[in-house]
Amino acid sequence: MQDDLNWAIGGEAGDGIDSTGKIFAQALSRAGRHVFTSKDFASRIRGGYTAYKIRTAVDRVQSVVDRLDILIALTERTVDENMDELHDGSVIIYDGERTEFSDFEVPDGMVGLDVPLKSLAEDAGGAIMRNIVALGAVCEVADFPIENLDESLQKKFGGKGEKIVENNKEAARLGEQYVAENYETDFDFELETTDEDYVLLNADEAIGMGAIAAGCKFYAGYPITPATDVMTYLTGRIEQFGGHVVQAEDELAAINLALGAARGGARAMTATSGPGIDLMAETFGLVATSETPLVIANIMRSGPSTGMPTKQEQGDLNMMLYGGHGEIPRFVLTPTTVSECFHKTVEAFNLAEKYQMPVYISADLSMAVTEQTFKPDEFDMDAVENDRGKVVDESEISKWQDEQDRFKAHAVTADGVSPRAFPGTEGGVHMSTGLEHDELGRRTEDVDERVEQVDKRNQKVATAEEREDFDYREFGNADSDNLVISWGSNEGAMVEALDFLAEEDVDVRFISVPYVFPRPDLTDEVEAAENVVVVECNSTGQFADLIEHDTLTRVERVNKYNGVRYKADELAAEIKEVVA
Amino acid sequence: MSSNARFIDFKSDKQPTWCPGCGDFGTMNGIMKGLAETGNTPDETFVVAGIGCSGKIGTYMRSYALHGVHGRALPVGTGVKIARPDIEVVVAGGDGDGYSIGAGHFIHAVRRNIDLTYVVMDNRIYGLTKGQASPTSRSDFETSTTPDGPKQPPVNPLALALSAGGTFIAQSFSSNAKRHQEIVQKAIEHDGFSIVNTFSPCVTFNDVDTYDYFRDNIVDLDEADHDPTDREAAKDKILDNDKEYIGVLWEDEDATDYNTAHGVDEPMHEVPDGAPDGATDLVREFY
Ligand SMILES: Cc1ncc(C[n+]2csc(CCOP(=O)(O)OP(=O)(O)O)c2C)c(N)n1
Ligand code: SF4
Repeated sequence: MQDDLNWAIGGEAGDGIDSTGKIFAQALSRAGRHVFTSKDFASRIRGGYTAYKIRTAVDRVQSVVDRLDILIALTERTVDENMDELHDGSVIIYDGERTEFSDFEVPDGMVGLDVPLKSLAEDAGGAIMRNIVALGAVCEVADFPIENLDESLQKKFGGKGEKIVENNKEAARLGEQYVAENYETDFDFELETTDEDYVLLNADEAIGMGAIAAGCKFYAGYPITPATDVMTYLTGRIEQFGGHVVQAEDELAAINLALGAARGGARAMTATSGPGIDLMAETFGLVATSETPLVIANIMRSGPSTGMPTKQEQGDLNMMLYGGHGEIPRFVLTPTTVSECFHKTVEAFNLAEKYQMPVYISADLSMAVTEQTFKPDEFDMDAVENDRGKVVDESEISKWQDEQDRFKAHAVTADGVSPRAFPGTEGGVHMSTGLEHDELGRRTEDVDERVEQVDKRNQKVATAEEREDFDYREFGNADSDNLVISWGSNEGAMVEALDFLAEEDVDVRFISVPYVFPRPDLTDEVEAAENVVVVECNSTGQFADLIEHDTLTRVERVNKYNGVRYKADELAAEIKEVVA
Repeated sequence: MSSNARFIDFKSDKQPTWCPGCGDFGTMNGIMKGLAETGNTPDETFVVAGIGCSGKIGTYMRSYALHGVHGRALPVGTGVKIARPDIEVVVAGGDGDGYSIGAGHFIHAVRRNIDLTYVVMDNRIYGLTKGQASPTSRSDFETSTTPDGPKQPPVNPLALALSAGGTFIAQSFSSNAKRHQEIVQKAIEHDGFSIVNTFSPCVTFNDVDTYDYFRDNIVDLDEADHDPTDREAAKDKILDNDKEYIGVLWEDEDATDYNTAHGVDEPMHEVPDGAPDGATDLVREFY
């Protein structure tokens, strides 16, 4: 009996693909199963092929693989689009009554279930429920108790009234029944349920939740795929914690709004994707020079320019590292899993305030459109600690004033960190500026003061490297001669690739890096290995360049930049080719 | 509000490097006096400035302040005000800063009706970059970059503000000290976004829109029988390109400012040591 199942629903954008997929994903998660979702979509709202895919198992799943076991095809094109992943024994559920399927022939070796989705939905109360009929059919095929759907339907349609919920439940039952009565039902799947509790969420939601946990009260952003969900998540929620979201007129405004709120003393944040990062670059320098704590989430997508807005890429690493004119100290955090997005967002706020600097936190399209199950205790609110750094109040202000009682907001200190006074603090009056300035924040072109302030700002990075733990995570065999290194979202696929590699007797040590700047020094690890491979979703190997720079050793590169995330089995094959 | 802060308390000990005679001196004095007269203190005031000669104002004043990048002062001021409704916010900048590179932000700050005072030091030229045409330059104004004039009509900032739903629209002249101070004071007192477009002549690069020109052509609305609560009358004056009106052209006294409309009235600078109460419910939502 097969428990690890790859499922998809596909059709035209506007067919309710996403919400149907989400209903099923939640039902699986509530039934105590692990879930990993992915989406294929084009940059348009109506029309164009789109699909929602779910991989589910009792054991943890953290990647997609090249296999599709059950497909709900709302259009014939859906079958064509997925032909590579369909295999002998794959089940295709379709509605033969629809004209789209008049010439459709079930591919050899596959099982076609022609289910009158629309007619059955009408029997239940409306054609609009045809996707739910299909979900019911899936429950029968996959031997998944249909009651698990009910709660998801309640959650989705409860707001529209009990009648609608009941109709949807009925629609699902009709789908289940139809398959049971018209087809041989001894399929090879059995989706077990367990007593485990899971939560199901994506990177944007985890970042938003991390921001609230960190006490962020101000968010300003401008819609852009795939970062918009951060704003959507915060809107309506952050208010419950005394915060506010502003939809700005553009990214220039967004970052400046957040900067203003941060100068007011609030923990503030903005999120965007590549093109928005470009627009923010000028103010990014101002944030650093004025020593303002600010968190900027960059949910990467395929560039340059508007590139492929709905496709995966990790192409902005250099922009986050080097973007902006002049030299700008910063932190760049690159969480490697959805749950880590939560933790790193909290950390980003602490780093921003402890060192009064801009902090990038990156995720990418593959994480942002992926909902994944986690144990709820991976989001332990009790473990959250907020550190505001050197904030001074009236009682301490005199320590930081000059002989004329002027507050030294940019005082040169051994650790590079100056005191911070929020507006309203008596005696803390000061100006900050993007111009080079002295300790008081006043413009200067004095050669010594210039050097002093540049050194001071750089010192903050050096201090952080001493005090903080910019560490990596490790998987596989620590003594292996084969070392694979990746950053950001590739971790899940690579962890699963380790299993595929093990099956073929390829032994690997895998290091996953959640910090790009500052980053762990991997010199010893690289020197200890015979083969070093850096895996990333870009064409030039931006992270590989850094590893070479740090370790003075040439590394192999495995790159993917066709817009599609790594799949575990595909990645395993590529790694094997390089190290074997 | 009442406080003992005086005009002089808003002055920093940094001497302005503006050219002797620059209109920005008078504009700044009016702002400082207006702040003092309306009972504000430097500790509870935040001044945001743009880039340009005008943008240097934050340096010469004493208050919490940010001197930002070119054109983006209004979003910064908006962020400060939303996070800190308890703080008085004044944004200042030039005509290039506000109506060219920052024009988009201007419209949207007006629409939001955020409760801050925006003073534009309008010298109808780019001063700091040494005399190029600005968006308020006359269409035949000859400069190094427009030898035959810009050949396009000047931006009418007050008309932009009115059409975007502005709730306090005024114009002023830096050299009429008393009158300028009075207009700025009213702007500070207004609940919502206030724009005071202030003629601040550039004595170095603009030999057309000079003190003499303004003195000869200004019409004070106080002497023109103007009712600032009459929107139609305001519109007529604002669209009258032949006169240089000063005074309050339009005020909507019943306007609801942004923070009130959005219910953001609590300062946001406190942060708990750990996740805020109720945060665990956020996790539960994902079950
Ligand atoms: C992004 C950017 N572009 C250009 C400049 C150069 N710049 C500095 S001040 C200025 C014009 C200022 O004109 P205005 O706002 O009218 O102020 P004034 O100097 O006349 O007071 C320009 C273009 C800059 N600082 N930043
Ligand atoms: S150049 Fe013009 S605007 Fe600038 S300080 Fe001199 S007079 Fe004033």
